[in-house]
Amino acid sequence: MKKTIVSALGVVALSVSALSASAATLDDVKAKGFVQCGVSQGLPGFSNPDSAGNWTGIDVDLCRGVAAAVFGDATKVKYTPLSAKERFTALQSGEIDVLSRNTTWTATRDTTLGLNFAGVNYYDGQGFMVRKDLGVKSALELSGASVCTNTGTTTELNVADYFTTNKLEYEIVAFEKADEVVAAYDAGRCDVYTTDQSGLYAQRLKLTNPADHVVLPEIISKEPLGPVVRQGDDQWFNLVKWTHFAMVNAEELGITSENAEAMKSSDNPAIKRVLGTEGEFGAALGVGNDWAFNIISQVGNYAESFNRNVGPDTPLAISRGTNDLWSKGGLQYAPPIR
Amino acid sequence: MAVTDMPTGDEKPKVKLLNDPKFRSIVFQVILIIFLVWVVWSMIDNASTNLKNAGIASGFGFLSTSSGFGLNFSPFLEYSSSSSFLQVYWVGLQNTLVLAVIGIFFATIIGFVMGVARLSNNWVISKIAYWYVEIMRNTPLLLQIFIWYKGVLATLPLAKDSIDLGALGFLNTKGLFAPKFVTADGAGLIGWALLIGLVITFVIKSWAKKRQMATGERFPVFWTGLGLIIGLPLLTYFIMGQPISTEYPTAGNFGPRGGMRVIPEFIALILALSLYTAAFIAEIVRAGILAVNRGQTEASYALGLRPGQTLRLNIIPQALRVIIPPLTSQYLNLTKNSSLAVAIAYPDLTAVFAGTALNQTGQAVEIVGMTMLTYLALSLITSLFMNWYNAKNSLVER
Amino acid sequence: MADIDSQTSMNRAETGALEVAFVRKELAPAMAPPVNESGVLGWMRKNLFLNIPNTILTLFAGYILYLTIPGLIQWIFTDAVWSGDDRLACATVAQGGELPEGWKAACWPYVGAYLKLFIYGRYPDAELWRVNITLFMFFAGLIPLLMPNLPFKRENLIFMLGIFPVASFVLLSGGNLGLNGFLLPEAIMEPSTLKFWVDFLILTLVICGLVAAYMKGTESDPIPAVVGTAIGMAVLALVLFVMSVDFGLEPVETDRWGGFVMTLVIAVTGIVAALPLGILLALGRRSNMPAVSLFSVIFIEFWRGIPLITVLFMSSVMLPLFLPDGVTFDKLLRALIGVALFSSAYMAEVVRGGLQALPKGQYEGAMAVGLNYWQSMRLIIMPQALKIVIPGIVNTFIGLFKDTTLVSIIGLLDFLGMINLSHSDATWATPVQAMTSYVFCAFIFFLFCFGMSRYSIYMEDRLNTSHR
Repeated sequence: MKKTIVSALGVVALSVSALSASAATLDDVKAKGFVQCGVSQGLPGFSNPDSAGNWTGIDVDLCRGVAAAVFGDATKVKYTPLSAKERFTALQSGEIDVLSRNTTWTATRDTTLGLNFAGVNYYDGQGFMVRKDLGVKSALELSGASVCTNTGTTTELNVADYFTTNKLEYEIVAFEKADEVVAAYDAGRCDVYTTDQSGLYAQRLKLTNPADHVVLPEIISKEPLGPVVRQGDDQWFNLVKWTHFAMVNAEELGITSENAEAMKSSDNPAIKRVLGTEGEFGAALGVGNDWAFNIISQVGNYAESFNRNVGPDTPLAISRGTNDLWSKGGLQYAPPIR
Repeated sequence: MAVTDMPTGDEKPKVKLLNDPKFRSIVFQVILIIFLVWVVWSMIDNASTNLKNAGIASGFGFLSTSSGFGLNFSPFLEYSSSSSFLQVYWVGLQNTLVLAVIGIFFATIIGFVMGVARLSNNWVISKIAYWYVEIMRNTPLLLQIFIWYKGVLATLPLAKDSIDLGALGFLNTKGLFAPKFVTADGAGLIGWALLIGLVITFVIKSWAKKRQMATGERFPVFWTGLGLIIGLPLLTYFIMGQPISTEYPTAGNFGPRGGMRVIPEFIALILALSLYTAAFIAEIVRAGILAVNRGQTEASYALGLRPGQTLRLNIIPQALRVIIPPLTSQYLNLTKNSSLAVAIAYPDLTAVFAGTALNQTGQAVEIVGMTMLTYLALSLITSLFMNWYNAKNSLVER
Repeated sequence: MADIDSQTSMNRAETGALEVAFVRKELAPAMAPPVNESGVLGWMRKNLFLNIPNTILTLFAGYILYLTIPGLIQWIFTDAVWSGDDRLACATVAQGGELPEGWKAACWPYVGAYLKLFIYGRYPDAELWRVNITLFMFFAGLIPLLMPNLPFKRENLIFMLGIFPVASFVLLSGGNLGLNGFLLPEAIMEPSTLKFWVDFLILTLVICGLVAAYMKGTESDPIPAVVGTAIGMAVLALVLFVMSVDFGLEPVETDRWGGFVMTLVIAVTGIVAALPLGILLALGRRSNMPAVSLFSVIFIEFWRGIPLITVLFMSSVMLPLFLPDGVTFDKLLRALIGVALFSSAYMAEVVRGGLQALPKGQYEGAMAVGLNYWQSMRLIIMPQALKIVIPGIVNTFIGLFKDTTLVSIIGLLDFLGMINLSHSDATWATPVQAMTSYVFCAFIFFLFCFGMSRYSIYMEDRLNTSHR
């Protein structure tokens, strides 16, 4: 009996020590000293660990940006790799502070799942990849094909819509993990691999012979991917939202990680407001006034992040396209900091 | 406590309340109940506050909304992406049961063969059975599923160069494309003929038994029954003008089309589940046969029964009494293990309902709860059956 | 009868005396046994070719072996590739390598290249010595414990159940557990390590007081009980202190853990946590108190009725929703809780088997000596019952050990998870890659599980003799 009491106590003590008072996420994050960031289990270009466990990618950059804004140190991030299934529960339960895991913004997720999408850091659309030797030129020729995809994603729903509306027969094979989908497609279990187009380019690198596969021209859906936070914490929501906007604004104003220091002495009031030499925008967000400067100098502006992770010089070789600035014909548009 | 203090006669012993076992047990139980109620209540309270705070929808309303995703396996039930989430549940349950029933069928056959082989006085046979059992029992089932799925079936040729199995159809990475039986008018009568054959056989059997009891004369029930069960449907088949034909798969753009498609996930799961469970069944069968006293065999021989009759009338009925209870729990294990289907994308209950549907709706509590209750119900039904069987077949002790 | 006997003996004596020529004087020399009854041939006749059906079976089995064994040896040894730097070493001409078309065999250099990841997961290179020490401690503590003839079982057990878990926790995770109090409201004292110890002291005093009051109430001497409780709390404090001290070890997050080490961590933690829980549940199920036994039955049957994978789903997706706002558990810890509860139900049934196997006289004897319930359990019943069920416990452990692979489905990178992850590396991607890694994995699991099942059979035999 005594032993039971003692061991029960141990459990209680341990679990209680894991307790942290949670009023506002920002205060929490400041108290524990790092941002807990939910990422994918490995998607090159977006969030991918190297063999030493260091994470890189465009989604990872956003988390690093948030850390730079809060702490002035972009390395103060801890990553939680999540499957598509776990991601929302992990956010809802407070296990992570921000979910930055190529997650599509949809009405259901924004409402009934209790989430808030803090912007779009990558405009994507769903595409198809097939083997070259099938000779398929368009997705409309895919009747009777087996289609591999991830469970619990919007792609699974889009593909059902697309094939039903176009009256095409198909067989869906839905795996839990992205790696399994790629492996099954590579082994010939499926004729078609469908996911976000950026994902197709990223996963193609994992195939045995990437050159044997071709991405079809059709884009069958809108996939605005962005960081997600819990509903009901506007301060944190604002911070994440404006971290992304700061990066886009910086690109628009020509501020890069290299020239950020020099730009501080710029005469342009817009640049001054971004870099914190004018105005009190940091304080309004609950962080230091040099928040955007820290983001830009440590992580870079949106273009730098894009080019470093997915751009034309990376193995993914994705062009800016819809993700170019609004002023250059793309969709990336950030409200001004003023 | 000295001996002189012992209460004597009818005098009630004076016990401190705390030392009274009855009082202590009541107090302890009350504390336990309060504790449990507190745990459950705080869990429910936490869940409801968390759900409310996060603005997550709750309730079972989602069951009637349409799922929006497709499934690649539903042998009996109708399903399309416009079906409701409730239909997803039924399809998942159906796929679990189909997997379980077919897996149990093969596992039983292989298990009995291996169990008997293990006791064979042929050294090679018993050693093969021994190593089969040991290898299967001592490696994880999930690993075996992966071996079949990724190690064996995924390395089959691509759909365009399928292996031609002749009358059995085609085999490739996309599965087995077997010929399908297509029924025309009158095919239903064949089923009726089979049923009639079965009923008549049953009637003859009980009549023959009665007659043997009364007169001692025997009647060839087995051959008559066989003739009725096979002959009647066959006769109907030809009378109705051969209403069943086979449809062979033909080459299509993306490999063979038509015929009966067996997806590789299903094949891999059936192979892994039945071979794995068969190893456990083999051990149960072996133990069951060993449990029958050797004197039983000798007694049968002394009565003049032949070895086949001894096995059929004496050993097996007694061994079954030992075999059935653990066998049922192996069947249950197989059913529960079929949930590993989620690892290789076979749409069973766990994969499509506790997996895909949960992902799309986010209602973890309702969905995981329903899934667990379903498995619990399956296991309860199995144990009820087991209890009933035990009660029916246990030795009537004198 | 006697008459006849004496007659025959007389006859013998007479004939002996007469030295009849047709009676042999010495025993005939023993003839060699018939060739077909002894030696290799005899064994073969008896075991392989006893009669026609048996011979047919033997030939059939021989044919099966002929089909499988040479192919297996070729696949694993003779045809296998043993050295190379990337996939080209294990690729056929059509796949860009040099091996002949149709070649299919193991690709061992790939396993060699990934061996570190298979064993340690992504644990940082510089800190691997910590894992190695833990592994060494584990095996050094376990092996003597399993040998029934060695002395110092008690000390050994204390090491394995007391010192080793704490040491391995500190070594693997880096220790430095954050403790910030749990009792006093925050208004009185800011959360800190100091507050934790203040809280802990208050809790200890309260518990000691309760124990003293209870002992007073039952009219027994409160001092030994209070001292015992205080010592227990002090040990707990020491454990917590060691866990919370900063040894200067680099903290390693659990998402860096993986490989075979994680498989061991889950299996060992699972079984160590399941054993006490299982004992309590088994006692509860046999208890006379209806509320306790009903609770135990429901608990046991619930966990035994659902598949482990749904338990793991629940722990990874649902459990966070049931915890108070802001309380979160590590993903590995959640899986561990699920695994421990799941196996405790199975353990309870094993222990219950042991309890039922004990003759009723043992219970009555214990009562007759005047021991109370917990004393009789601790001193009389449990030592005997647990001894009987050692094989059962080992079998449960084998089951749990195999079942740990399921955590790869919820994304933890255990041995099997790591193997599946390695398939996504294009450096070694060939059609034989999957099979090679799975055969390797199966071999390791077989080695461990087969060894344990042999051990369980050995213990069973040993225990059997001591009971007969």
